Amino acid sequence: MAHTLQSLGESIAAKLGDKLSGWSIGVDMVTLEATPETLIDVLALLRDDGALRFVSFTDVCGADYPAREKRFDVVYHLLSPTLNERVRIRVQTDEVTPVPSATALYHGADWFEREAYDLFGILFTGHHDLRRILTDYGFDGHPLRKDFPTTGFVEVRYDEVEKRVIYEPVKLVQEFRNFDFLSPWEGPDAVLPGDEKAKTN
Amino acid sequence: MGAEATVRNFNINFGPQHPSAHGVLRLVLELDGEVVTRVDPHIGLLHRGTEKLIETKTYAQATPYFDRLDYCAPMNQEHAFALAVEKLLGITVPKRGQLIRVLYCEIGRLLSHLLNVTSQALDVGALTPPLWGYEEREKLMIFYERACGARMHANYFRVGGVHQDISDQLVEDIGTFCQTFPKVLDDLEGLLTENRIFKQRNVDIGVVTLEDAWNWGFSGVMVRGSGAKWDLRKSQPYECYDEMDFDIAIGKNGDCYDRYLIRMYEMRQSTRIMKQCVERLLGRERIGPVSATTHKVVPPKRSEMKRSMEALIHHFKLFTEGFHVPAGEVYAAVEAPKGEFGVYLVADGTNKPYRCKIRAPGFAHLQAMDHLCRHHLLADVSAVLGSIDIVFGDVDR
Repeated sequence: MAHTLQSLGESIAAKLGDKLSGWSIGVDMVTLEATPETLIDVLALLRDDGALRFVSFTDVCGADYPAREKRFDVVYHLLSPTLNERVRIRVQTDEVTPVPSATALYHGADWFEREAYDLFGILFTGHHDLRRILTDYGFDGHPLRKDFPTTGFVEVRYDEVEKRVIYEPVKLVQEFRNFDFLSPWEGPDAVLPGDEKAKTN
Repeated sequence: MGAEATVRNFNINFGPQHPSAHGVLRLVLELDGEVVTRVDPHIGLLHRGTEKLIETKTYAQATPYFDRLDYCAPMNQEHAFALAVEKLLGITVPKRGQLIRVLYCEIGRLLSHLLNVTSQALDVGALTPPLWGYEEREKLMIFYERACGARMHANYFRVGGVHQDISDQLVEDIGTFCQTFPKVLDDLEGLLTENRIFKQRNVDIGVVTLEDAWNWGFSGVMVRGSGAKWDLRKSQPYECYDEMDFDIAIGKNGDCYDRYLIRMYEMRQSTRIMKQCVERLLGRERIGPVSATTHKVVPPKRSEMKRSMEALIHHFKLFTEGFHVPAGEVYAAVEAPKGEFGVYLVADGTNKPYRCKIRAPGFAHLQAMDHLCRHHLLADVSAVLGSIDIVFGDVDR
């Protein structure tokens, strides 16, 4: 398995040349690094190359790393039924830099990109209909960003007096509890602070 | 003003409370007479923020959320998550645990297909099949209940294996069910397969070519219906599916009727897999662990905790802090009844997932509604909707 992934990665890297910013083998599949400028070329080659045939579109999703300068990862997963292999493509972007839409190459990217826009605020250029998809009509904010609180900002209820659904700021009877159970002692081979030199002499 | 000015397209709302919308789907249909010219599905009415919630919980606390995605086949969902975490941790599940997982995944497939096939029949006007199908689903849900205590929200597949062992009596009862179930399938097929109305409503409706199917991100029955020999259980086997003897069905026309036939065939094959599991669970694998033995991940049993201090400490740590998963990212997919259900998991080395993207098959299928229904009649919309097999738990997440 590792060997075939290695050779697959090498052959893709050879075909794409300097369009890739790098590639690696993850736990399970080849991961290609691209930029918003090269993304479409990378996808087009993966789809159309006779030896690769990554024709099946699996997924696009975002991931948020607020500490980074380019805070978002846009991660594409493709599947090649011919090779029986998957490949992952990663593009980094931020709140204002748009990523070209993959909808021209893969119809299936349509809703997945809308979802990434809705939940992360990642912008896609060339998407024919970049509306919110999962959140409420008129929703404000991008809920999967790490700086968006899990409890949200507004709550919805049916008002018996006004006979309609109303929105009001979230009122929690009990504060949202986020327990920090992380301990510094991790696993059997963890070294406690101060113990680094215990076994050296 | 000529005659053209008075003829205009008509917009209607299909759902969110339409009985054949299969849940809370709102379709905005643009009609030219009775011909559909545009379909705009509005989803998200059941959005619960599952992915966000999973980020705030430990790995063990995340599994119950997966039951609530596709609630027609809860354990198949848990399976994808368990596989993803196991890949990152590098744990293997003991054989008995794998067999129980496969057994329950196939029960899940029956649950889902029974509901789908019969409600597809209901969508096109047949009332009897759902009544017959529900009777069988009830029996299957009792098997769920006997294994884990819950009819639907199982939380039974845990990272490292399954929560608890199942009794021989239960395995035998499942074996008995496998003997009688094909008869029910025969009855259902007798009602539907050659039924003139059912065929008129499904043959050549919602045709999708193989090329389109891949391009739209279809998976499972939707690509097999269009002629792809593609089933993750065969092509990228997980658990012990490579040791199971079963066939996959492939359609020719890619229409609603082919998809119905494939689902019926798959139910028979699932029964076949279940029989093999039952045989091995009562034979060679009758005794053995059902989950990995590392107590750094799998909590010890209560009886063990009464006697061992180590076990007590492990239990305490696992139910407060939880286990840590090494940093990395992984995509694990299973052949859920509705198609490829994938989990893309990013771990940062702590006790909580950093990002858990749930790739639901229904989401990819539903986005093609416009493509599938355009230029069909209004009545075909519900036939297509029935045959793409969507459940809003997993479309909306």
